[in-house]
Amino acid sequence: MTGQQIPGVQGVGGADRRFKEALAAGRFDIQRCRSCGSHFFYPRVICPHCGGSEIEWVAASGRATVHSTTTVRRKAEQGGDYNVCIVELDEGPRMMSRVDGTPSDDVRIGMRVSASVAGAGDGAFVVFHVDGRDAQQEGAR
Amino acid sequence: MSHPLRGAAAIVGVATAGIGEAAGFTATEILAQASHAALADAGLTLRDVDGLFTNTAVHSHPALSIGEYLGLRPTFSESSSIGGASFVAYLITATMALQARLCDVALICYGSNQRTALGRLEAKSGSQSYEAPYQPRHPITSYALATARHMHRYGTTRAQLAAVAVAARGWAQRNPEAFMRDPLTVDDVLSSRMVSDPITVRDCCLVTDGAGAVVMVRAERAKEFPKAPSYFLGGAMAHWHMQIDQLPDMTVTAATDSGPRAFAMAGLSPRDVDVLQLYDAFTINTILALEDLGFCRKGEGGAFVASGALAPGGSLPVNTNGGGLSCCHPGMYGIFTIIESVRQLRGEAGERQVAGAEIALCNGNGGRLASQVTALLGTAATL
Ligand SMILES: [Zn+2]
Repeated sequence: MTGQQIPGVQGVGGADRRFKEALAAGRFDIQRCRSCGSHFFYPRVICPHCGGSEIEWVAASGRATVHSTTTVRRKAEQGGDYNVCIVELDEGPRMMSRVDGTPSDDVRIGMRVSASVAGAGDGAFVVFHVDGRDAQQEGAR
Repeated sequence: MSHPLRGAAAIVGVATAGIGEAAGFTATEILAQASHAALADAGLTLRDVDGLFTNTAVHSHPALSIGEYLGLRPTFSESSSIGGASFVAYLITATMALQARLCDVALICYGSNQRTALGRLEAKSGSQSYEAPYQPRHPITSYALATARHMHRYGTTRAQLAAVAVAARGWAQRNPEAFMRDPLTVDDVLSSRMVSDPITVRDCCLVTDGAGAVVMVRAERAKEFPKAPSYFLGGAMAHWHMQIDQLPDMTVTAATDSGPRAFAMAGLSPRDVDVLQLYDAFTINTILALEDLGFCRKGEGGAFVASGALAPGGSLPVNTNGGGLSCCHPGMYGIFTIIESVRQLRGEAGERQVAGAEIALCNGNGGRLASQVTALLGTAATL
C-alpha cells in the first residue's frame, strides 16, 4: 500500500506512521494544531480539540509530571512487579507510560519526570525517569 | 410538557439464568434460558418478540446469531456496543423503537459463560497500540490509575473504597442468587491480594457466568401483562474517551452529563430515588457514580460510602443484589442493574426488599470508565 500525503503531516503516510518513524529514530515528537494552538497526544490527522486538520509536528520537551501511577503486581517468575503511569506533558497532553529507574512503589503523583526513548525500531516507545535534582513530590494540580 | 419518551414504554418481564457458574452451558444457551424465562414472566413467548436488543463477547454479529438461535424474525434490532453499559442504553433505544412502532415487543438480552469457559475477564478489545508497550492489565490498570488519582486529589482512602465492597456483600448475603455471600470486612478487603495498586482482588468485580433478559412493551398496553409494569421515566448516555489517558479529569466521569439529562427527562432529582443500581466494576465506580450523579458532592464519595449509607439499613440503598462485586459479573454487567431495579419496584426482592421503592436508578458503565448510561424506572404511581 502506498501512503498518501496528509495535510499538515510531513512525509508520506499518516500521523501514526510519522510518530512511530520518529520514535524508531530516537525522537519523541508530538503534534500541535495550527488552528487552536493545542498540543495533543496520541497522534491524529485531526485536532481532537477543534477538529482542525492543519497540524504540525514538534519535538516534545520531554518534561512531564506524574499524573497517576500504579504498580501492576506480577509473579517474580513472570518478571515481577512493574510500573504503569499517566504522565502530563508540560505541553498539556497526557499519555500512558512507565517510570524507569525508580522502584514503582516509590513513584508518586506530582513527581517531575523526563522522557527518553526505549526499545528500538518498530518496538521503540517513550519512558520516563524521575528528575534527579528537581525530584519533588508536590506540585500536582 | 414532559419529554415524549417519559413513560412511553415499560418493562413487563425480567429473568436471569446461570448466575455464578453455568458449567457445561454455552453463553448463548444461558442467554436463551434467560430470554425464555423473561418472556414467561411477561406471559409471552419468543413468537411474540419483534424487537431484539443484544450483545455478547462471543459473537461478531450478535443480533444475527442470537436472532437465529432464538428463531426470531425481528423488524428492528440493535447490537451496537458501548461496553457493559450497552444494555442500559438499549432501554433508551427500545423505548424509541416501541414508541415509533418499529416493534411491539422488545427483548433485551445478554449471556456469558466467561467463568467456566475462560475463568478470566473477557478483554476482546485489548490494548490500543499507544498503551500496549506499557503492558497495562485491562481493564484493571485503568481503574487503578483513576482510583489513585481520586485518593491523591480528595484524600479518599483504601478503607473507604473497601466500604463499597463490604456494603455490596451485605446485600449479597440477603440475595440467594448472589455468587459471593461469605461475610466480608474492611480488613478482609485491605489484606486481600494486591492486583494493581491501590486495587486489591476484593476491589474488583467477580468473574462469573450469567445471563439476563428484559422484556419491554409500549406503556399503553403495559397493564395487560401479569406483573406490575416498571415504566421508563428517563434515560441518557454519554461517553468522552476510550483510553483512560484521554479522560480530561480522571476523577470525573461522563455520568456528570448522562445523569442530569436522564433526571431532566424524568422530571426527577436524586432525592426522589428510592434505590440505586450502579455498575460496580471496581469499588471506585460506586464512589464516582454517587458523586457524578449528584448523590454526594465531588470528592466526598469516600466519606459517604464509609458512613454505611449504602449498606442494608443505610439511608441510600445501593446495589441491593450485591452488585458486580458480590452478585455476578459475567463481563458486561449492565443488564443486571435493570433486572434488580425491576425486582425492587415490583416488591419481589425478598429479604433485601427496599420498602416502598417507587423510583429506581440504573447507571451503566462501559470500557474504562468510558460510557455512562443513566436510566430512571418507576412504578405506575410515578407516571
Ligand atoms: Zn485545534
